[in-house]
Amino acid sequence: MSRLAGLFVQLQDAGRAALIPFMTAGDPSLTATVPLMHALVAVGVDAIELGMPFSDPMADGPSIQRASERALARGVKLRMVLEWVREFRMTNSHTPIILMGYLNPVEAMGVTLFAEAAATAGVDGVILVDLTPEEGRGEAAVLRQQGVDPIFLLAPTSGPERVATVRGMGSGFVYYVSLRGITGAAQADWTEVLQRVQDLRRQLGLPVAIGFGIRDAATVARVAVGADAVVVGSALVDQLAECMTDQEAIAAATRFIEPLAQAVRTTERRGV
Amino acid sequence: METYALPDAFGHYGPYGGRFVAETLIPALAELEHAYQEAQRDPEFRAELHNELRQFVGRPNPLCHAARVSRELGGAQIYLKREDLNHTGAHKINNAVGQALLARRMGKKRVIAETGAGQHGVATATVATRYGMECLVYMGEEDIQRQSSNVFRMRLLGAQVAAVSSGTRTLKDALNEALRDWVTNVESTFYVIGTAAGPHPYPVMVREFHRVIGDEARAQCLELTGRLPDCLIACVGGGSNAIGLFYPFIEDKAVRMIGVEAGGLGLGTGQHAAPLTTGRPGVLHGNRTYLMEDEDGQILPTHSISAGLDYPGVGPEHAYLKDIGRAEYVAATDAEALAAFHRLCRTEGIIPALESAHALAHAFHLAPTMRPDQTIIVNLSGRGDKDIHTVAALEGIHL
Repeated sequence: MSRLAGLFVQLQDAGRAALIPFMTAGDPSLTATVPLMHALVAVGVDAIELGMPFSDPMADGPSIQRASERALARGVKLRMVLEWVREFRMTNSHTPIILMGYLNPVEAMGVTLFAEAAATAGVDGVILVDLTPEEGRGEAAVLRQQGVDPIFLLAPTSGPERVATVRGMGSGFVYYVSLRGITGAAQADWTEVLQRVQDLRRQLGLPVAIGFGIRDAATVARVAVGADAVVVGSALVDQLAECMTDQEAIAAATRFIEPLAQAVRTTERRGV
Repeated sequence: METYALPDAFGHYGPYGGRFVAETLIPALAELEHAYQEAQRDPEFRAELHNELRQFVGRPNPLCHAARVSRELGGAQIYLKREDLNHTGAHKINNAVGQALLARRMGKKRVIAETGAGQHGVATATVATRYGMECLVYMGEEDIQRQSSNVFRMRLLGAQVAAVSSGTRTLKDALNEALRDWVTNVESTFYVIGTAAGPHPYPVMVREFHRVIGDEARAQCLELTGRLPDCLIACVGGGSNAIGLFYPFIEDKAVRMIGVEAGGLGLGTGQHAAPLTTGRPGVLHGNRTYLMEDEDGQILPTHSISAGLDYPGVGPEHAYLKDIGRAEYVAATDAEALAAFHRLCRTEGIIPALESAHALAHAFHLAPTMRPDQTIIVNLSGRGDKDIHTVAALEGIHL
C-alpha cells in the first residue's frame, strides 16, 4: 500500500483528519527545508506538501508568489527539491510527501525522468495546479507507473462531469479548493464546503483534502469535522517569510503548527 | 489541399493550445466557449458586431499603397493595412468590441484585462464604457512607466488601472494577475484577453474577432492589384494582429506569411522577445506553445523596445503554423525597428507603432529582393503616437 493510502486507512481507524502543511522548497533558506520538514513531523503533521517554485504561479496569492520568487532567486531547481526529499527520507520513511507546483518545470525536466526521480527520492504524490485531467492523461499514467499518485483538484465550480473525469484519473486523494480564488484568500462557507466534500468522497471513492483559506486552529477544527485532510499553506509560508535564521524558521513553524496539530487530534470526524 | 480546420474540439492546434489552468476556471472556460459558439451562430450577434465595427471602430480601413517607399526600395510594392486608423489607434479594438459584446450577452457586469503597451487596455476601457460595464486593467509597473499616456487615457475612459509589481513587472505578470482576479471573481467577471493566446477558447475567439483584418485585406488586394499578395508580414508578440491577417490566407498556399518577433538587442544577446525564433515548447498562461524559458522551465525575462511585443510566449496557432512550415518567423532588432519607424514617417507621412515598425523593418529588408510586380501586405497594426516619448528619449530629446 502506498504511504498516502496507508495514512488515510490509519486515520480512518483513528477517526480524525490529517493535517498537511504546505511550504515552498528553498524558503526561507536553502538549508532550512529539510530540517523544517522534520520539525513539522515532530510537531504532529501527517504529511507535507512541498512547493516546487515556478516563475509564474498564476493560481497562487501574494504569499506563495513571493516565496516562489525568493526561492528561485536563491537558485532553487527541481533537482534540488527532489534531493531534499531524498535527504528527508534517509531518516523518515513514513510521512507522505506531496510535491505541488506547475507543469512547465516538470516538462522541462521531462515527465518520465521527473516521475522516476520523484519515485526514487521517495515522493508519494504530485499536484500540478495547471494540469487538468483532460490535458494530463499521459502525465498521470507516467506518474502512476512509478507508484506516485497524481493528485487532481476540484473546485466549488466543478460540475458532475468534472468529478467523473477526476474519478477515473486521480489517486491518493483529491484536493478540494474550498473557495473561488487564489491561495491565501478569504474564508469560505464551511458548512457548504463540508457538505460538498461528503458528496465528493462518496462519488470519488477517494479521501478529500480541503485547502485554501485555512489560517488558524479554529478553522482547522471546523474543517476537520468533515474532511479527510486539512491543508494549511499561505499562513505557514507567511510565518516563515519573516524568519532571519533557520532556527527561527523552525521555531516559528513549530509554534504555528502545534495548535493546528492539536486541533485535528481533538476533533472527531462526524461529517458536516 | 486539405481544409484547414483547427483548432480541434479541445482547442488543440497539433500539440499546441489546449486548456492548462487551475480547476476553478474550467467551468468558466466551458461557459465562455458555449456562449461564444452560440453567439457566432446567432445572426443578430454577427450583425451587431458588424455594425459596431463600422459605426464605432471605423471599418473597413484602407489598404494603402506605400508608393514612395516602394519606389525607393526598388522591389516589391508594399501595401499597408491601416489598422492604425481604427478608433483607439490599433487593431486591438476589433477583439475588444467582440469580447465586450459577448460579455454583455452573458450578463457580465465587470470586465478585466491585461495590457502591455496599453493598447488593449485602452481598447477594453473604451468598449467597457460604451457598453456600461465596470473595467479594471492590470498593467506591469514597468509598462506603466513606459506608457504613461495610455495609462492616463484608460483613466479618462473611466477604467481603473492596477499596477502589477510581481515577477518582471511586465505583460506576463499582468496576465498572471488578471487570471488570479478571474479565478476569484469568476461569476461576475469577463476576462477580455488581448492576444491570441491563453486557454481555449481564447486563441480561436481572438483570431475570429481579428480575421476581419485579413478578410478585408484579401478583398482590397484583389480589387487594387487584381491578384492575391505574394507575401504578408505582421509583427508577433502574442500574435493577434498577425493571426488576424494570416488566417483568411491560410489555404492560399502561394501567399507567404511572415511573422516578425522582437529581436531586442539581438538574438545572440538573450535580450529579446522571440520565442518562435529561439524558444522551445512549454506551458504558460493556459496553453502549450513556444516559450522563452531557461533549462529548468522557468520563464525568462524579455526585452523589446516595444512594450506590446515584450512577452515570453506566443499564440499556439503560430507555434503550429511554424512547425508545419505554413508561416515563417523571423526577428527584427530594436535598432532595425527604430530605423523602419523613421523611414515610414519620412516617406509615407505615417507614424507607426513601434510594434508595427518590426513588421516594416522586415518588409523593407525583403522588398528589394522581390520584383516590382510583386506585392507585400504589411499589417500596420497601430499608430505611433503612444511611442513618441520612447523614441524621443532614445534620441536624447526631452518632450
